[in-house]
Amino acid sequence: MPANKITIWKITTIMLALIVVLPLMVVFSGWLQTENMVWDHLAKTVLGDLLANTAWLLLGVGIGVTVLGVGLAWLTTMCEFPGRRFFDWALMLPLAVPAYVMAFVVLGLMDFTGPVQTTLRETFGRGGYWFPEVRSTGGVILVMAMVLYPYVYMLARSSFLTQGNSTVEAARSLGLSAWGAFFRISVPTARPAIVAGLSLALMETLADFGTVAIFNYDTFTTAIYKAWFGLFNLQAASQLASFLLVLAVIALTAERNLRGRAKYHEATRTTRVYRYRLVGWRQWAVLSIASLVLTLAFVLPVIQLASWAWTVLEEDLNSRYWGLLWHTLMLGGMAAILTVTGAIILAFTRRTHDDMAVRSSVNIATLGYALPGSVLAVGIMLTFTSMDNVLVTLFTLVGIEVSGQFLTGTVFALIVAYMVRFLAVAYGPIDSGLGRIRASLAEAARGLGATAAVTMWKIYLPLLRPGLFTAGLLVLVDVMKEMPATMLLRPFGWDTLAVRIYEMTSEGEWERAALPAITLILVGLIPVMVLVRRSAKH
Amino acid sequence: MPGILEINDIRCGYEGKTIVDDFSLSIRDTTLNCLLGPSGCGKTTVLRAIAGFEPVLEGEIILDGRVISSKTIQVPPERRGIGMVFQDYALFPHLSVGENVTFGLRKQSRSQQRKVAHEMLELVGLEDCMNRYPHELSGGQQQRIAVARALAPEPPLLLMDEPFSNLDVDLRERLVLDVREILRQRQTTTLFVTHDQEEAFVIGEHVAVMDDGRILQWDLPYNLYHEPANRFVADFIGQGRLIEGVLVSHESVETSLGMLAGNRSYEWPAGTRVDVLLRPDDVLLDVEEGVDCLITDRHFKGAQIMYTLRTPGGDELLSLVPSHLDINTGQKVKVGVDAEHLVVFRQ
Repeated sequence: MPANKITIWKITTIMLALIVVLPLMVVFSGWLQTENMVWDHLAKTVLGDLLANTAWLLLGVGIGVTVLGVGLAWLTTMCEFPGRRFFDWALMLPLAVPAYVMAFVVLGLMDFTGPVQTTLRETFGRGGYWFPEVRSTGGVILVMAMVLYPYVYMLARSSFLTQGNSTVEAARSLGLSAWGAFFRISVPTARPAIVAGLSLALMETLADFGTVAIFNYDTFTTAIYKAWFGLFNLQAASQLASFLLVLAVIALTAERNLRGRAKYHEATRTTRVYRYRLVGWRQWAVLSIASLVLTLAFVLPVIQLASWAWTVLEEDLNSRYWGLLWHTLMLGGMAAILTVTGAIILAFTRRTHDDMAVRSSVNIATLGYALPGSVLAVGIMLTFTSMDNVLVTLFTLVGIEVSGQFLTGTVFALIVAYMVRFLAVAYGPIDSGLGRIRASLAEAARGLGATAAVTMWKIYLPLLRPGLFTAGLLVLVDVMKEMPATMLLRPFGWDTLAVRIYEMTSEGEWERAALPAITLILVGLIPVMVLVRRSAKH
Repeated sequence: MPGILEINDIRCGYEGKTIVDDFSLSIRDTTLNCLLGPSGCGKTTVLRAIAGFEPVLEGEIILDGRVISSKTIQVPPERRGIGMVFQDYALFPHLSVGENVTFGLRKQSRSQQRKVAHEMLELVGLEDCMNRYPHELSGGQQQRIAVARALAPEPPLLLMDEPFSNLDVDLRERLVLDVREILRQRQTTTLFVTHDQEEAFVIGEHVAVMDDGRILQWDLPYNLYHEPANRFVADFIGQGRLIEGVLVSHESVETSLGMLAGNRSYEWPAGTRVDVLLRPDDVLLDVEEGVDCLITDRHFKGAQIMYTLRTPGGDELLSLVPSHLDINTGQKVKVGVDAEHLVVFRQ
């Protein structure tokens, strides 16, 4: 490409990296300021609890998703039982259920006034039965594990499939029992994939705001929200955010390192998979386990939501609902366009100018998926506020009187936050789509007299269309589900479905949260289906 | 004398589908044996049944006098002590080459393990790969490690499932010879499965030709080629064509190439309509006295030329002759037959 193009592509790429890095640096710079009264108060009162709560949450969810994800993946890939083909893809469905939706369904069902306890009371009388406290650490952990295990499931599943079972059979012919082979061969070989899936699940856990808010389980995300809206103290919020950020970076590092290495482990080409044919009680036991997980994590919540939504349908399916949906789609659509454009620039630059600056810029710009929405929101807010201040100063110098806000509190700030968070989501499909386009195609076009720009429009973009579509779709759906960043950054009047769910659930009005929730699940099913179809090609 | 491995009338399959049926085989100690057949013929299923990965619905498998598989008994694979080499090698990707090779020796002492690992790697010519990982090795090296790993515990029987099919042709030829040498040197009783007859003939002292879950012929490679027991074996092994004929006596057949006779006699009455198998090396060209045939195709192979011919009666023939004899297609040539092993099938 001509020299001037190089600088434009390169500069844009570096800019994208800066947009990701700047808010993070601002979050950390919260520590540089001297006024620490609020922070001292926070540190004395809640910090210990926050750290302990987060640690328990991570530990519990980590164990839960690993056991569920690895176990189910092993059963559906390596064993033959009735319904295996169905569960193979159906067990990915819970991915479409946002954790905060699962949370309020569970509360609605299990709470003191919910149908389960009401039935128990009618049967055994008040106090005549034992029931665990739902709003507890265990409750939060269960809810999160139920919807986050698919991350581990999907990665472990594809690892088991590429391993095939000849290594397991080799181990058995060398004297290991079936269980021995599972723990000493299958799991170690799949370990990079398992840990990568686990890291993704833990990032989601760290970023979660809705679930812990509904369960009144204090973590950093809820503390940030309270500091911002309760104390109106952005600085305290940013100090809290920096803690969360450190944890997220640890999870991210684990995931990045292990994903890269996972590739080496697929060295051997697999032939067909011979599954253990389960017979007798074993096949029914496995069938029951798979059915139980699917029912609890997907079928039951969906049915409950549908029945709640039905009761309020006449009342709630009004212009207000359509307005929420419209806002949600608008934000999602704008964010998708901006994010996909950014991702195209990253992917092209990565391929056409492969140098250190570009490579590290791309790596940084695709970090965002690990950043909790609350951290991002704080960072973007602080960044844009100082930019506004600079602008005001400039205008004042020129002699124009302006009010203080250009960027803060605008839709633009929110869209930028979405882009930072979901650039990696869009980058994945575009980069792999680009990887499938052979270099000789572009060379042939150039050889036939097409300029770089023409080559891009006539060759690359049409061939990339499926990848662009997938990328846009993934971003759209993720934005629609995103709760904390929207809660903190949305301009007045820009409520989304996720915000509505938060408002209704914080008042315990489960029925009225059901309609937006079921909308989100339906939309969320689209990318899950894309994933299912892609994994079916295995 | 019973063999070290006795397979008696086994049947394998699932969900009402039979893959292997009425299958029997006896393998003697220290011999190299081969199951040869087209893909999908059930040969891998037999191997997996012996290894213990596939249940046996009928019949029994006996290893060294002990029943390891039957309708009621299925000794788990890890307690059979049978070595196995897989088509995709199945090396453990998270273990080093040395750890792979000693995997089957977990109950032995460290020093013993190290000694065996050195010995095995020396045997396969990869002494310097001890600390490397499988993905750092070429396909041929991985293959050798897989053989070393399977041989390390000194199994009474070694099973190999299409062990060379993932390698390119040059490498395969060399490795087949190397592996045969190793197996002979260690006197390892081996049963290996392939669809490639050249491979089967190089390694197998005894070869079983399989189709549709059954053994069609269990014989020396020489006999499979020259005295196939049925049409499938005749067609599957080597090249050649069947021409029509009528049995004149127990030893001779009248065909469009004249009267043919060999060293075998057939019981059928004179006048029986038959097909005669003619291998390319049975058909001689440019002989003094013979039948004029038309050359329809020629395929130059360097040292030899393979001619396709048509007899006056309309039968097709193949003839492989030294490439000094150069005849163009469309010309006629006198054809004679020199078939010591005259193979005849009833129509």
